[in-house]
Amino acid sequence: MAEYAGPGTRDVAIVAFGQTDHRRTSDEFSEVEMLMPVLHEVLAATGLKTSDIGFTCSGSSDYLAGRAFSFTMALDGVGAWPPISESHVEMDGAWALYEAWVKLQTGEADTALVYSYGKSSPGSVRDVLTRQLDPYYVAPLWPDSVALAALQAQALIDAGDTDEPALAGIAARSRNAARGNSHAQLGGSVPQGDYVVRPLRTGDCPPIGDGAAAVVLAAGERARELCERPAWIRGIDHRIEPHGLGVRDLTDSPSTRLAAERAGAFAGPVDTAELHAPFTSQEVVLRKALRLGDDVTVNPSGGALAANPVMAAGLIRLGEAAARVHRGASDRALAHATSGPCLQQNLVAVLEGDPR
Amino acid sequence: MTEVLSAPLVVEFPFTRSLGPVQSAFLTGLRERAVLGVRTADGKVLVPPVEYDPRTAEELRDLVEVATTGTVTTWAWNPDPRRGQPLGSPFAWVLVRLDGADTSLLHALDAPGPDAVRTGMRVRVRWAAERTGAITDIACFEPYEEGEPVVHQVTPHSGEFAGEAAVTGIVAAARLDYTYSPGRAQSQYIRALSGRRTVGERCPSCRKVYVPPRGACPTCGVATDEQVEVGPRGTVTTFCVVNIKAKNLDIEVPYVYAHIALDGADLALHGRIGGIPYDQVRMGLRVEPVWTDGGRYPDHYRPTGEPDADYDTYKELV
Ligand SMILES: [Zn+2]
Repeated sequence: MAEYAGPGTRDVAIVAFGQTDHRRTSDEFSEVEMLMPVLHEVLAATGLKTSDIGFTCSGSSDYLAGRAFSFTMALDGVGAWPPISESHVEMDGAWALYEAWVKLQTGEADTALVYSYGKSSPGSVRDVLTRQLDPYYVAPLWPDSVALAALQAQALIDAGDTDEPALAGIAARSRNAARGNSHAQLGGSVPQGDYVVRPLRTGDCPPIGDGAAAVVLAAGERARELCERPAWIRGIDHRIEPHGLGVRDLTDSPSTRLAAERAGAFAGPVDTAELHAPFTSQEVVLRKALRLGDDVTVNPSGGALAANPVMAAGLIRLGEAAARVHRGASDRALAHATSGPCLQQNLVAVLEGDPR
Repeated sequence: MTEVLSAPLVVEFPFTRSLGPVQSAFLTGLRERAVLGVRTADGKVLVPPVEYDPRTAEELRDLVEVATTGTVTTWAWNPDPRRGQPLGSPFAWVLVRLDGADTSLLHALDAPGPDAVRTGMRVRVRWAAERTGAITDIACFEPYEEGEPVVHQVTPHSGEFAGEAAVTGIVAAARLDYTYSPGRAQSQYIRALSGRRTVGERCPSCRKVYVPPRGACPTCGVATDEQVEVGPRGTVTTFCVVNIKAKNLDIEVPYVYAHIALDGADLALHGRIGGIPYDQVRMGLRVEPVWTDGGRYPDHYRPTGEPDADYDTYKELV
């Protein structure tokens, strides 16, 4: 174990990433049955056993499938007995990864297993997500997730930042990229369809589905032992907007920009960006906040428009960016995760491979 | 592979939430058909008002009354209203900046169609006929095209209203509907129970038999897949005496609730013990399930009359 020398001073890398095939339904699996294969996949990739892992952290929400304490049952898939050092966040797994990164920074662990999962199929995710809103002024109106994203999209159109054809272009580019992603739920030629909530059409919205993902983090030399080309987390930070939608400028994302600054994203160019933009219009906001030029490959996986397992889609952005570093397709990648309505909370990480 | 089971599941609960002084004044105001905002140190008027400044976290208490007319800052046409939303026929979601306010309020706009809605249009509050002190006291907004945008002078407000007592809390009802599937392992367990058989699953690694099975061995972290019928008889490993009658449960107290290790199982399940006075139940007692007609699981367990099990035979399962 290393001496604690302050936050961000220890080199920590993503050394393995796995995800399920994302599908509209997964009735034949309980959550742990869905999750277990990806846990085994990342452990096998590193040769680690549960007992070798220093810290385990997960992200999920019981409201999605309506299953109380599902995260404790998911732990069965880890092999959590005898007791392991473990934590859980009721957030996307990207924030579980953040907690694990902090744990590794303290020197209390050298390796961490991070996973998250979401089964949206048993319920109505548009309605479920209303329950995360301000319970006094907003939740009693039941504004669903598409409605709130549509208000943001119209604000962008009014500001001249985008228009419906441009949004359709983002949808088409994402689904086309997803042809190369065997885990994607939606790829290829997908019609833009009718308005779900105008100005957003079916094609502007993410598919609803079930899935899980896992990554392994390791510090220092341990990372080099476990992975040929570790994806070093050079910076990671997360920030939040005021919770009142009417207080925010919905066409901008100051929290993303600040998180990116703190993560060092603007200190040098990135070649790849995996953005967690469940709606086409949100990519417009993120590109602006992150100052991404046309030379950056955005969402080569297809992004959340190709597969959006809620609570895992943000962690998958970090995993996809890391996987590109692992296989030498990227040297410096940006990964972004979001949570809440209209890009309420944002996490940005910068991943780098060793020079080749 | 057995067919996977599914069943409707409704999760429904009323959240009772107390209000801070600013929220209380705002919601009481809605009941009295007035809209209050709160002024920040830099002179901005926030509507709906909050207790703390979103930028500085400073406590906010300086209430003002704003107009019930305003301007749409963004909108989204909802062709297919969902349960709980403010209007039952197609409407526009809107953010409205009320005259005198610097921020916008989310609500619904009653309009004939998307062509009748645009950013910048003038709207006014339509009050609900019955008001209780909730955001839904605003039924919705409606077009107010004759109303020119005005520089509205806000007026200071004490936050107090004559008449009924101030609103100090809300009850927020929440209902979510699911179609629940328990997955492979638990579907098989439930199917076997319908034939009055208890079937667990064995871990391929440590050989433990889990009842009910959850699909994974929590010690080894691997899938359990080998079906093993256990019981029907078992041993009480530990128990408690219940003295408080449960709501909606027609069982006389006191009664005994026990952990029961079915023969062949490596995990105890729990059930009620009957057919024996409560104060004679003991660890090691041998029991068997009692089924009622149409019951989907044992109603309770009763003594078999066998000699008690030796402690060593079940001590690992306590
Ligand atoms: Zn085992």
